[in-house]
Amino acid sequence: MAEIEFQDVTKRYPDGFEAVKHFNLDVPDGELMILVGPSGCGKSTALRMVAGLEDISDGELKIGGTVVNDRAPKDRDIAMVFQNYALYPNMTVRDNMGFALKLAKVPDEEINQKVSEAARVLDLEQHLDRKPANLSGGQRQRVAMGRAIVRNPSVFLMDEPLSNLDAKLRVQMRTEISRIQQRMNTTTIYVTHDQTEAMTLGDRIAVMRAGLLQQVGPPSELYAHPKNLFVAGFIGSPSMNFLPGDLESDRVRLPIGEVALPQELQQKLGAGPGGGRRGVIVGLRPEDFEDASLVGDRSRGTTFRAKIDVLESMGAEYYAYFVVESERVSSAELEELAQDAGAADLPHSHEGSQVVARLDAASKVRQGEELELWFNSWHLHLFDADSGQSLLADGSDREQAAPAPPASS
Amino acid sequence: MSQRAKQRSGWSAALVVVVIASLVPVVWIVMLSLKTPTTVTDGSFIPHQWTLSNYKDIFNAGVFTSALRNSIGIALISTALAVLLASAAAYAIARLDFPGKRIILAVSLAVAMFPQVSLVGPLYNLWRQIGLYDTWPGLIIPYMTFALPLSIYTLSAFFREIPWELEQAAQVDGATPAQAFRKVIAPLATPGIATTFIIVFIICWNDFIFAISLTSTTKAETVPAAIALFPGVSQFTQPIGDIAAAAVVVTVPVMLLVILFQRRIVAGLTAGAVKG
Repeated sequence: MAEIEFQDVTKRYPDGFEAVKHFNLDVPDGELMILVGPSGCGKSTALRMVAGLEDISDGELKIGGTVVNDRAPKDRDIAMVFQNYALYPNMTVRDNMGFALKLAKVPDEEINQKVSEAARVLDLEQHLDRKPANLSGGQRQRVAMGRAIVRNPSVFLMDEPLSNLDAKLRVQMRTEISRIQQRMNTTTIYVTHDQTEAMTLGDRIAVMRAGLLQQVGPPSELYAHPKNLFVAGFIGSPSMNFLPGDLESDRVRLPIGEVALPQELQQKLGAGPGGGRRGVIVGLRPEDFEDASLVGDRSRGTTFRAKIDVLESMGAEYYAYFVVESERVSSAELEELAQDAGAADLPHSHEGSQVVARLDAASKVRQGEELELWFNSWHLHLFDADSGQSLLADGSDREQAAPAPPASS
Repeated sequence: MSQRAKQRSGWSAALVVVVIASLVPVVWIVMLSLKTPTTVTDGSFIPHQWTLSNYKDIFNAGVFTSALRNSIGIALISTALAVLLASAAAYAIARLDFPGKRIILAVSLAVAMFPQVSLVGPLYNLWRQIGLYDTWPGLIIPYMTFALPLSIYTLSAFFREIPWELEQAAQVDGATPAQAFRKVIAPLATPGIATTFIIVFIICWNDFIFAISLTSTTKAETVPAAIALFPGVSQFTQPIGDIAAAAVVVTVPVMLLVILFQRRIVAGLTAGAVKG
């Protein structure tokens, strides 16, 4: 059992590129920590540094209180599940799972017992004598898991373990992993680029971008209180809508109308800088919209009319797309998100910003028709237009974020 | 006849010609080896009198058996050493990024292109001075050297095909780099190692130029050299029957190897050429 501590860890490649920059993160004993971010954000590199497969250029990495910077992977008491499983093709499932124990000179009897136990947990008993080549993708994935749990290591490392499975199996294995992790109560770092996986699986999530840690927290906190535009855009599906706005002392002017800020938000904003008018980026989650006709108490929000361009029925809900005439919100962070999602290649609608609303299935909404929509102004997210930082972050957990001045109190 | 059938019969005819052209000399040598000394030069393809006396002769003469022993020993040792060294080198080339990697590959290619004939003279003098002339090491060293580039090339192609993650997985599982190589990488590279072994063995086995120049007695003379120096029954007779029999005896193991491992050898020669 072990706690993992990153202390100012940096990975610099010989060509000067910094894949991970001044990374600080504590993973307490028994926690399932998710590292999430778009490809190339340094999450895998961070994981491989824990495994000992990448050198640490700067900073200290501690496992269970000991600095392991210079320890070989085999001396770190870790187990890793690779993205492509990396099963030994020349060995049977049994030998694959027992390989580590064999290297550790564990008696054969004990190996056998541990392997069969793991095989029972993972439902691999009838496949023990087959070679990996004869297994299906899901079975291979389970063997890779088995190879990790047989050793009962102090740390599990998982590098996108589900990304090679098809969607249905992925959901199934996700719960499986969650179950195993809870049962073994082993400190785990899990790397993924899939925010759904991160939200459903993790005790806490660390969002990374371009080698920098953006925010760490439980899924609900990241969802409700994203610290900056990047986290806001990354967490949540469909992702948050962003509109340009003008912030005045107690209200914000949006392209879809003027919104009075609830008392709570005003307090969070505090006195704010000056209190005068300023440009902000306003974030609205699709689920904070509703068909106005279905809302009983409209006082907590604002209504407006929009022409629904595209309507997607998901059965339990609708996704309604409409365009709001405004300048496009531009921010480096959002550009990067769009690029990662492949949206950068799509033609832009130049006349405005596209907005997605998630509506109740009871709505009578029709594609191409105008609809009165309501949104919950209590759930507005406000970001500084220049820095992209949230104006509502309460600062209670600020010490975990990237460089921030120490609290003055 | 359709266009396709025409094409097919054309190819078949070409194939038959090629097969005959390459097999006739082999069959001819076999036939020669089965003729009695007096009928060797009678010009007929099929012997009038069948005999195995040529085979008996060469195995009784002693020159041939010692040459056979030398051939097997020298070829096996050179091949084993070459494959061992080459797998270490190829592994490093496939896995590690170190300065001068390209240069090492280029130099090893240059060695392979070096005309062997131009080395024989200097080697002859050198070997005589340092006492390697007419010894096993005297042949093993040049064989190994000339076999290394090819071995490094084929083996590094094989090693490159093995996913690096496997090795990292082994390391995480607690293996030292040596254990990872021995227990995970080497077993996976066995086909490659076997192929390289066979190719190198054939090269060493068939070599004539070093063998004839750097040996003089039964101490180290290999079969190709020994055959060339077979004594005739008298000064004026050519030992054609004996030569033919010896040629058959040394060709058989090579042919067997090739037939048995044909697919592997082809795979080895083209390894890395296309992504499998």
